[in-house]
Amino acid sequence: MILQHIADGILSGAIIALGAIGLSFSMKILRFANFSHSELLTWGAYFALIFASFTAAFGPGLGNPVGPFSFGWKFLAALVFTAIATSALALVLHELVFDRLRRTANHMTMVFASFGVALLLRHLVLLLFGGDPIYYSNALQFAVLLPGGVRVMPDQVFLLGVTIVVVVSLHLFLTRSRTGISMRAVSENPDLARVSGVNVASIVRWVWIIGASGAAVAGLMYGMTVQLRPELGFSLILPLFAAAILGGAGSLYGAVIGGLVVGLSENLSVMIIPTTYKPAVPFLLILAILYFRPQGLFGERQ
Amino acid sequence: MIGVLSYLIFFMILALVFGIAVLGLNLQWGYTGLFNAGVAGFLAIGGYAMAILTGPSREAVFGGFELPFLVGLIGAMGAAGLGGIIIGLVTLRLRGEYLAVATFGIAVTIQLVCLNWEYLTGGTLGLIGIPNPTHELASAPLAQNAIFLAMVVALTALVYWGLQRIVNAPWGRVLKAIREDEIAAESLGKNPALIRLTSFVLGCMLMGLGGALYVAFIGFVSPFDFLPIITFQIWTMLIVGGSANNRGAILGAIVVWAVWTGSGYIISQIVPPEFQAQSGAMQAVLIGLILVLSLLFRPRGLIGEKLHVSRHAKL
Repeated sequence: MILQHIADGILSGAIIALGAIGLSFSMKILRFANFSHSELLTWGAYFALIFASFTAAFGPGLGNPVGPFSFGWKFLAALVFTAIATSALALVLHELVFDRLRRTANHMTMVFASFGVALLLRHLVLLLFGGDPIYYSNALQFAVLLPGGVRVMPDQVFLLGVTIVVVVSLHLFLTRSRTGISMRAVSENPDLARVSGVNVASIVRWVWIIGASGAAVAGLMYGMTVQLRPELGFSLILPLFAAAILGGAGSLYGAVIGGLVVGLSENLSVMIIPTTYKPAVPFLLILAILYFRPQGLFGERQ
Repeated sequence: MIGVLSYLIFFMILALVFGIAVLGLNLQWGYTGLFNAGVAGFLAIGGYAMAILTGPSREAVFGGFELPFLVGLIGAMGAAGLGGIIIGLVTLRLRGEYLAVATFGIAVTIQLVCLNWEYLTGGTLGLIGIPNPTHELASAPLAQNAIFLAMVVALTALVYWGLQRIVNAPWGRVLKAIREDEIAAESLGKNPALIRLTSFVLGCMLMGLGGALYVAFIGFVSPFDFLPIITFQIWTMLIVGGSANNRGAILGAIVVWAVWTGSGYIISQIVPPEFQAQSGAMQAVLIGLILVLSLLFRPRGLIGEKLHVSRHAKL
């Protein structure tokens, strides 16, 4: 039983981790807590749905099932499509709202603006797609029995692999590419980076693209393993913030470990508290981490 | 004509009930700089306290003491204040957006309790039959609502007067000093932790009062009356009206509530009935848009804070 909770915790933790990377970067580099970040997960999931319905000629949903999975090769195209579409949405928000406020107002104003943007994005989904839950695929999938009596869906295992690929590529991007190194420089000290010739405006746009792409993949994964609904992202606000704060703002591996800790503690909590109170667990984690180590596990004290 | 009048009375009652909560938030954010993103939670505490204290007794549910309305109001403020003390002691050492995340979590947790602790809150069904005090004073619905409005106007005026006294007193200047520079305020011998907590608790009590009046007016309470969107609405009212200005807070409540109900009416007239479920989404999109546009084009709000500059300063 406990092994099953651990397996479920790792799988839901992977989704939270991918979403939290963008939130963590925006807290550190854009310097504001973006309450609308979780809505990018919702939009990522629905962009993939749009892609699936426009490409119905190449198989239903995310493609004709291959092997034990509920999806086919079309899934990879959907992944790329939703990452690009969600990044475009994030860049539009950046240009229209957040970048303008950055120049004129203090950073708390940006937090309010993210409240408004979150409200806008969430209810636009409700307006366009309705409130009923939607699934990418109606194909029936059989759980695989692992040693120890743990049951997992093949999709979940595959998506865990996707998460690992995304995190490793991000690590390589941040440590090897010129843009990635500049991003870390801006994160450390924006003024010094600017006088050293780093184009800060372009780096800020890259932060949005990375955050939005991670959110899109996380949203797609949530849509595949749970369901699509307009409150998808909203229900993840606290887990995402818990993971980002736990890991420490701006830390890639912090966000990943934070996500896993949040996923695991949510799933293990049902052994001691009623399931209905599960959504409060990330909040308790946030309180605990802010009390004992406000800079997070991997963050530096400001 | 009577229809318009009775609607206006109904509209103003709810606008001012929210206005009282906005005044509470204004004390916390506008004057003290405390980012409370859990307004819905404190409204809920006040609302449920009212329902438990004044409501009829029920089987298998706590409360139903059938106490007088005034006791309910005071009890609701006391409960929200007590909640504010406990939550403030835990979270007020946090700053800025971290406080926002923590208080947002509080509101989520309070809503979970409202949904699931059936013995206290009646669960998803909520608590019904909360007495409206005006029903004993008059029989015609119009007269009942007019009396309720008179009471809400009087309470709003009382709260406004009290807050003006507070913020213009030396203690109010300390609030602003803490908002602007906490370390400087501390170096002048003030106790920022205690003053922040006091301001937070007073604001929470006003939110509790707003929640209690809301519940007494509509006659029942359920977890779905205090969804997180209420927090966003109250914040939009404050930002649109003007933070750190009590008249702005009340004006913002009336303006934003007018936009909300007005747009709801227009949408219900032009949208075919089968899409009614989505009309609420359109209203919420509009509120989000107003908040963002207000921040972009009128960041101080309709009537913002008056600047106080020392007469010795040379500008």
